[in-house]
Amino acid sequence: MGLEQFKNRNVGTQNYTKLDVGEKPANGFEQFKQVAERTFKGELFVGLYVTMREMINALFRGNMHTVKYPFEKMPISPRYRAIHDMLRLLESGHYRCIGCGLCEKICISNCITMNTRYDENQRKEVSEYTINFGRCIFCGYCAEVCPELAIVHGPRYETASEQRASFSLFEDMLTPIDQLNLQQEYDGFGAVSPNADANIKKTPLAY
Amino acid sequence: METTLVENLPHVTWVGVLIKAVIILAVISAIAGFGTFIERKVLAFMQRRLGPMHVGPYGLLQLAADGIKLFTKEDIVPQNANKFIFMIAPIITAATAFIALSAVPVFPDFTIPSWIPVLGGTFVPSIASELNIGILFVLGMMAAGLYGPLLAGMSQANKWGIIGAARTAVQFLSYEVVTGLSILAPIMLVGSLSFVDFNDYQADGVGSWLIWQQPVAFVLFLIAGFAETNRTPFDLLEHEAEIVSGYATEYSGMRWGMFFIGEYANMITVAIIASVVFLGGYSVEGIGWLTIILKVAFFFFLMLWVRASWPHIRPDQLMWLCWKVLMPIAVINIVITGLVMMV
Repeated sequence: MGLEQFKNRNVGTQNYTKLDVGEKPANGFEQFKQVAERTFKGELFVGLYVTMREMINALFRGNMHTVKYPFEKMPISPRYRAIHDMLRLLESGHYRCIGCGLCEKICISNCITMNTRYDENQRKEVSEYTINFGRCIFCGYCAEVCPELAIVHGPRYETASEQRASFSLFEDMLTPIDQLNLQQEYDGFGAVSPNADANIKKTPLAY
Repeated sequence: METTLVENLPHVTWVGVLIKAVIILAVISAIAGFGTFIERKVLAFMQRRLGPMHVGPYGLLQLAADGIKLFTKEDIVPQNANKFIFMIAPIITAATAFIALSAVPVFPDFTIPSWIPVLGGTFVPSIASELNIGILFVLGMMAAGLYGPLLAGMSQANKWGIIGAARTAVQFLSYEVVTGLSILAPIMLVGSLSFVDFNDYQADGVGSWLIWQQPVAFVLFLIAGFAETNRTPFDLLEHEAEIVSGYATEYSGMRWGMFFIGEYANMITVAIIASVVFLGGYSVEGIGWLTIILKVAFFFFLMLWVRASWPHIRPDQLMWLCWKVLMPIAVINIVITGLVMMV
């Protein structure tokens, strides 16, 4: 099926099919005829068939739509802005952050605080790095401005906490060194979600 | 069918009747509770959901959790309610549902083995009270059961309850005529009001079932049975989308639970009547008693299936259906049956 018929936005020239809603019954006999027709048309049994079909699909053909949430999770879009992650360099295992301070500077809710110093090799080293998640509005500017793709938004979206201000330290967000092989690279803004293919459906116009 | 004749049965003592009553009460309450679980599961599957899953394997213990919740909930009586009637109304529903079951053959009869100390040798009949007007009694009791919703709705000083009670009256006046007239034609054919006679009449296999002789009466009785048990196409009494919860709006805890148990017991009763009167009932040879359980299970499932599939109708549509469509058909059915019997 081509896309031509969907690209045609000119409503006036499309081939709309008008539903035949019929005439309202004028007298008693026509009313009786309508009742008899509707009774013996079997539409009610079509309804029964549909629910039974869905039940069989759900039970035996794996068409169950329930996601048992705390135990199963749907894949989230890479555009989703959840709790931040600090990534490491894959080659050396060193953290990517170079202490430039751009994220602290751009943060519009002033929730990022960082201190840096020079280490023995005259490289910038992060000595203190916190994000106040009570203030963070998850705007994503920090991840967008980061020149090293060091701070990104990770997949942790369950952010309920017992305190209004819950700080997260650099080490909390940093990829653990033993899980470096599991580190998810940031797909970048505008990336499609991992299950995008499965989510593709016809638009209602196509039905 | 020799064994079901009264002369051939062992003497029925009051102890046996009492045991039977306790069995009916315990088993049907349990089945009614389990029915809520089945209903939630079936409705969930038909909507491609899983239903209750977390309490016990596949949510089987959800029933126990619900029971604990209902028993421990606060029993609230509204301030302006007529307290006595408000408190007694759920009991009417539950009690009449179980009284109706006393004249229905529920399980096969058996004798308690003699090694059991006190009750040994007691004969427990399949029907707690073998009446020769069984059908009339059961239908009358189920009709009396509607006093529960009626009194509950009127006593609770709540406008939704009043509407629910008014709809109860409307529904009662509509379906009761159809129930009686639709079952009259099979009664004419059999010539008895006893369930046992109905069962014996259809004892010669599937071909002798009354549904083949009375298909119209079967459909009419099924429709009226749905109305009688407040099942979905005729679920006017507590239609959530329109009148909050109808007659049950102000009820909580176990009083509300009794309405529920009564409704499910009524579903089982209607299923048993439909099975015995139209689908051949049970037979005592071998595992023949299992067939009635299968038939009852089918009717129970049909009620859930219909609930998942069909929309509600309005009260005026129910009255129109019952008085202008079903009752004339039932009368014509009776006339034709009478003519055929005479010729």
